[in-house]
Amino acid sequence: MTEIAFFPQGVIDQVSGRALMLHGDDIDTDRIIPARFLKCVSFEALGNQVFEDDRLELGGSHPFDLPVYQGASILIVNGNFGCGSSREHAPQALMRWGIRALIGESFAEIFYGNCLALGIPCATGSADQIEALQESVAAEPSLSWSLNIQSQQFQSSIGSWDLQVDSGPREMLLSGRWDATSQLLEHDAALKSAMAALPYLNNFVASVP
Amino acid sequence: MWDLHQVAEMPGGSTQLFVGLHLIHEVTSPQAFSALQDKGLSVRCPELTVATVDHIVPTINQQNRPFADPLAEEMLSTLEQNCAKYGIALHGLGSGSQGIVHVIAPELGLTQPGMTVACGDSHTSTHGAFGSIAFGIGTSQVRDVLASQSLAMNKLKVRRIWVDGQLSCGVYAKDLILHVIRSLGVKAGVGYAYEFAGPAIDALSMEERMTLCNMAIEGGARCGYVNPDGVTFDYLQGRLHAPVADAWQQAVAWWSSLVSDENALFDDEVHFDAASIAPTVTWGITPAQGIAVDETVPTLDSLSLSERPIAEEAYRYMDLEPGSAIEGLPVDVCFIGSCTNGRLSDLKAAAAIAKGRHVAKGIKAFVVPGSEKVARAAEAEGLDDLFRAAGYEWREPGCSMCLAMNPDRLDGRQISASSSNRNFKGRQGSSSGRTLLMSPAMVAAAAIAGQVTDVRTLLVKDCLPGKSQ
Ligand code: SF4
Repeated sequence: MTEIAFFPQGVIDQVSGRALMLHGDDIDTDRIIPARFLKCVSFEALGNQVFEDDRLELGGSHPFDLPVYQGASILIVNGNFGCGSSREHAPQALMRWGIRALIGESFAEIFYGNCLALGIPCATGSADQIEALQESVAAEPSLSWSLNIQSQQFQSSIGSWDLQVDSGPREMLLSGRWDATSQLLEHDAALKSAMAALPYLNNFVASVP
Repeated sequence: MWDLHQVAEMPGGSTQLFVGLHLIHEVTSPQAFSALQDKGLSVRCPELTVATVDHIVPTINQQNRPFADPLAEEMLSTLEQNCAKYGIALHGLGSGSQGIVHVIAPELGLTQPGMTVACGDSHTSTHGAFGSIAFGIGTSQVRDVLASQSLAMNKLKVRRIWVDGQLSCGVYAKDLILHVIRSLGVKAGVGYAYEFAGPAIDALSMEERMTLCNMAIEGGARCGYVNPDGVTFDYLQGRLHAPVADAWQQAVAWWSSLVSDENALFDDEVHFDAASIAPTVTWGITPAQGIAVDETVPTLDSLSLSERPIAEEAYRYMDLEPGSAIEGLPVDVCFIGSCTNGRLSDLKAAAAIAKGRHVAKGIKAFVVPGSEKVARAAEAEGLDDLFRAAGYEWREPGCSMCLAMNPDRLDGRQISASSSNRNFKGRQGSSSGRTLLMSPAMVAAAAIAGQVTDVRTLLVKDCLPGKSQ
């Protein structure tokens, strides 16, 4: 699960695998990864710590612990998932557990952006669609699903749902340009001219380094 | 100002924004540095990157290394190695300039009007008090800024928060921002920058403006902002990194040109009257659950439907009865410090209350300066002795009990009066610990009385008519 090689890379046009779901609105980043685990110098251990407090409370019956959901890669949630702090630890923890796509009614803004930066699409659907999907997954955890980023369809042998992936992020995933760092580095010449025009870097530079 | 920093358009419609000042600390930078290394990249502009250590440091004997906590030690030594490796200035423990990142950058004159400032910490909104565009970023963006001195960002809408009148005696910038958040809620600022303006804001010192902008994020706004003015320039002049001589004149001319027009159009605008604001205390588990010290905990039916579920959770967690008074509520721990209220003027306001009085029996009260410079300045005025004589502990600088990443923590169900910015469940280190947010003067008063107290009753002499604080 912590193998770098298996993390999202390049063009992402489809995410396939088994699904699991979590019920409830407003699941915040503190629940996804409790604050005490932020005291780390690498993200590696986070996959085991994801939802730690909720899992302890449920003593083995949390979806992330149930044997049927081990190896699942698509997480289906309800509204405002990922609210709270800006910590990237939250999507990192989900990714390191094995999640490669999220489907929900809505996602918190910063969380959504953090997911995209890791190459994890967040698709949205109506409350009815999500409920139907959650029921299908619960009824048959072994079903294989696939989320097509281009057509925004989520399908399995039992049917197909039309979901939404916002156009900006969709384009970024399909072109493989979701990795912000390399994009930013491409514009170094423009960066230099922006720097050359800034008064505080040129006309009145700080007095002492 | 935004346009000046714009480098390019990014796919997905965001802007590549140049970052003029990148502040880093030990908690959110290590993963960013290792990602940099994984990608074979280096730091683009180490001279525009400044580091300090604040979150995990103990506030007693903090220069004894290695720290008792091996994880904390690992975080600090990782930061030290990264700074040495990439040539980044580190304001380390005992350097004379270490402290909470949002305290040291302004006091060193690093934060200036018209800059873009980014830091892997949500309270970066603090720096907007100088008329800069300053916002908190996630670890993946810290990596981006290290690698490219820029990041992908969507332009924010601006809500102007206009404050008329003047704060009354015993009412501080902290009360003003708690009142604003209480009125607008914790989500109203999402997608916005909060620009504070009006006569009451003009009258605030730089340190008070920083308190205000610091907590913009608690109202959901990623940035706080105040137009630069004479107060800003006076604060900056003579600071270590401020321009000097001719360069200073040029700087002031440019900074003055950045001021947003009185009649500019804003995406939204709200008005407050400073004179009507009382000392404010939070009773719940979000910074918006605040009331004036002489009010009672709101009952369920006085709240809107959307506020009720979180209110019910708060009654249970805080163990407070709806309709009960907040004044007189006993507290266990009193904490004065943090990037919201750990500056010299905050410590002075608390000291004015502590002077000649004594902390109530059984109360643990401690004062944590926001930086080494704040500590030295306070000591030069004798505040350390004053606090000690009054029964408060005088500690070394750091984030301390603002959050649970160092030895300063609540225990069990303890309830704290705290000058920090977050009262989330478990924020202060105990998963059942409780936090009441208030101004440093109110915390000092709570320590004296052993319970939540209206600080104005202790300021009777100072608050005579015609006298402002
Ligand atoms: S004092 Fe608190 S809010 Fe400020 S930087 Fe430290 S932990 Fe964050």
